[in-house]
Parts: sequence; structure tokens; C-alpha cells
Amino acid sequence: MKVTEIVEKLNLKVFSGKEGLNNEVTNGYTSDLLSDVMGHADAGNAWITLQTHKNVMAIASLKDLSAVILVKGFEPEEDMAAQSNEEGIPVLGTSEEAFTISGKLYGMLQK
Amino acid sequence: MMHFEFHVEGGNFTKAGAASSQLKKILKQLNVDPKIIKRIVVALYEAEVNVVAHAFQGDIFIDIDTEKIGIKLVDQGPGIADIELAMQKGYSTASSSVREMGFGAGMGLPNIKNNSDELKITSEVNVGTTVEFVTYLNQ
Repeated sequence: MKVTEIVEKLNLKVFSGKEGLNNEVTNGYTSDLLSDVMGHADAGNAWITLQTHKNVMAIASLKDLSAVILVKGFEPEEDMAAQSNEEGIPVLGTSEEAFTISGKLYGMLQK
Repeated sequence: MMHFEFHVEGGNFTKAGAASSQLKKILKQLNVDPKIIKRIVVALYEAEVNVVAHAFQGDIFIDIDTEKIGIKLVDQGPGIADIELAMQKGYSTASSSVREMGFGAGMGLPNIKNNSDELKITSEVNVGTTVEFVTYLNQ
């Protein structure tokens, strides 16, 4: 499933990294611990988190993640958005909590 | 045989991961197996972040030959008093501001160990730490 489909179906805001909207989302990973994501997320995962700083994009890029979804109305810090544009990895946003949005994404990706 | 060096600034999180990103590009160009690239990138990122989070500064030395990739990080910093304790999952001396960023969960050294074939850490308190790890290319 492409990032654009997720944006549409989950009504997500697109903050940055529009070039990567056609990235293929293989699965999701929900965590706010950076080393946890570094050690356990897989390429193509959409990363659901409340972390809004630039290091998130460094990890997303190193791990070849498809997108980052910020929860609870959080917005990316300026340098995070800039890095997202540079890497072509979209930063998306939702007002929902991690549990809810993870459940919805999980349901979509299982079909 | 190829050799690369990178400098790491302590405390500067905006640049954390820069060396890992460079090495990833180099290994891709060398057509290294993507599975091996993934492991090396995880290990180097964690080691790089450790220098940023704990040390004043450090240098990374990378040697690539046809059999293996050897990476050595030498930092000037507080050192590690008890390396065995530092290796335990969940143990961390990171500051609260570093933890708020989602670092400092005590997963860094275990991640390096899991993603390398050989790991050696030596340290002197109030001098610095040297982390060396090797990844074999034909395994």
C-alpha cells in the first residue's frame, strides 16, 4: 500500500517529504525509543511516534522507512521537516493517539 | 583495502548519524549485501550516538577489505567504569534531556553486539572509550 492511500484513508496531515508519497508501506512500527526502532523496525515500515526532532529522520533514512506518523497533534520541528524533504520520507500527522492510529493502520495493512 | 575517517562532535545531536549515512552510501556503491549493510548501519549509528550523547568528541576509523569491515570509534570523554554493566539491556547513564529525545534506553550497546560479529570495548574513566567491531562479509 502506498503512503498516499494511508494519508487518504486515515485522514492524515502531510507536513513534509511529499516526494515520498508513493513510497510503499510494508508494515508499521510504533515506538518512541530511537534505539528500539533502530534495532527492530524493517525497511518500508511506517513509524508511529511522538518524537518530533531531526534524529527521527536520520533513523527513518538509515532504516529505509516509508513514512513517519506523528500522533496526538504533534508537529515536526523545523529541521525535522527539512530533513524529511531532503530524504523524501514523508512526515504525516494525526490528532489520534498511537494506540488508535496503530490499530487502524494494522487493520488496513492486513486486508 | 579502503580506509575512511569521520569526526564526531560530542553533544551535537543535529549531526548524529552523519557518518552512518555516509558509510551506508559507500557500502551500497561497493555492492555489499543489503542484509550486511543493514547490520553495519545499525551498529555504527548506535556507536555514533553514544559518542554524541556521552563524550566530548570522537573519531571513527573504518577499514574495508574483501573479507570484512572493521570499525573503530575512539572518543575523549568520561569513559565507562563498568563495561559489563553498560552492556546490560536497559542500563544507561544518559541525561534526562537525552532520554526525552528517545535515546538513552540502554539499548545501544546491545544493538551493536547483535549487529556485529566481534565487539571489543576498552575504556579508561575520565579519558575515553574505544569501541571496535567487525562484520564479516561472507557469512
